[in-house]
Amino acid sequence: MMNVRERIIKRAVKEVKDGMNINLGIGMPTLIANEIPNDFDVMLQSENGLLGIGPYPSENEVDADLINAGKETVTTVTGSAFFDSAESFAMIRGGHIDLAILGGMEVSERGDLANWIIPGKMVKGMGGAMDIVNGAKKIVIVMEHVTKHGASKVKKECSLPLTGKQVVNRLITDLAVFDFTSDGMELVELQSGVTVEEVREKTEAEFKLALKV
Amino acid sequence: MGRAKLMESFNQAVEYIQDGATLIVGGFGLCGIPEYLIQALREKGTKDLTIVSNNCGVDDWGLGLLLANKQIKKMISSYVGENKIFAEQYLSGELEVELVPQGTLAERIRAGGAGIPGFYTATGVGTPIAEGKEHKEFNGRTYILEEGIVGDFALIKAWKADQKGNLVYCKTARNFNPVAAMAGKVTIAEVEEVDDNLNPDYIHTPGVYVQRLLQGAAYSKRIERLTVNSH
Repeated sequence: MMNVRERIIKRAVKEVKDGMNINLGIGMPTLIANEIPNDFDVMLQSENGLLGIGPYPSENEVDADLINAGKETVTTVTGSAFFDSAESFAMIRGGHIDLAILGGMEVSERGDLANWIIPGKMVKGMGGAMDIVNGAKKIVIVMEHVTKHGASKVKKECSLPLTGKQVVNRLITDLAVFDFTSDGMELVELQSGVTVEEVREKTEAEFKLALKV
Repeated sequence: MGRAKLMESFNQAVEYIQDGATLIVGGFGLCGIPEYLIQALREKGTKDLTIVSNNCGVDDWGLGLLLANKQIKKMISSYVGENKIFAEQYLSGELEVELVPQGTLAERIRAGGAGIPGFYTATGVGTPIAEGKEHKEFNGRTYILEEGIVGDFALIKAWKADQKGNLVYCKTARNFNPVAAMAGKVTIAEVEEVDDNLNPDYIHTPGVYVQRLLQGAAYSKRIERLTVNSH
């Protein structure tokens, strides 16, 4: 039996297509990199200035000048490129990144995303998240469907301050996959063993059924 | 502003930085930070600084050294979560913070250095960042106006320089340094190597942006998250 995160990651990696340039957010999205098929020509972008992130280094490959956006030491793949921060966000904002997969705290039925601040807790900052959700061609959010107290994170309206308004194209949770279209939010897939009833019960947002068999 | 001048002393290089100055400081996390210039500024004790930099170091390194010494009045950054002293000073009201999305921050600095007073971006529309800013529609999409940033000084770190101030950076230590270099009225660059035979085709920052140049020895280059592959 896969745990919640494994389920989400296994489903999220199916969003990755051969030939894509992709930005993966910090945390759970970063783990998707390990699941990308080896024969795919995929370039991972790190917004601090690298297109073509490789695996973590061995101990003698560690280079303090080579890190990812999570400030972890990394390596590069063949064909990678370095650039400055303005250029990095030019390629993001300018629509040159095919896909971004990011974590979320809340997603609303209109595709609003909140993932950067909890009022009353220490302010850390949004980093590049606001730029990415408004720039990459496709935004996929991965998150657990409910909080540890059982409350739905898929809401009618986000209660937390937004990262972006109507920016989410697809939401992948441990229960289901939703798409956000001009017709609203649609349930397009169920994770294995999950019923529509269970999704309805654990989802505050209103959604239509558009299950793809 | 004249040709870049190779200086001997980091203390001398920061001598004219006055209390209340606005500084643009290169680096992402602890990667590519001007570590010797920051230490010289700490020794000088310059106060009430407004610092534009993506992050604010950690408690005992990078810009965290200036924070611990209460030299910073305001930070303009995109992410400041790695620093306990930062949280204390922010919560007590000693430290002012302006959070700017990372791409907007980079572009505001680039624009400032390129003589562009403002630009429109979709980043932040519908979020707290957009409050009070001009909104404008282009082709059916809403954008907000963001303003360029110019600093009294820019403090940056590169890998190599020649004596004309042309700079080459190393890997992801490039980050904000090239845009910071453009946006300082006076740009002070510290480098690991001086080499007068740099290939003009491979210059990242042309020397026109650099007013003072210093060579540091034995860089610490602290790593924030050492991550290794065990197999």
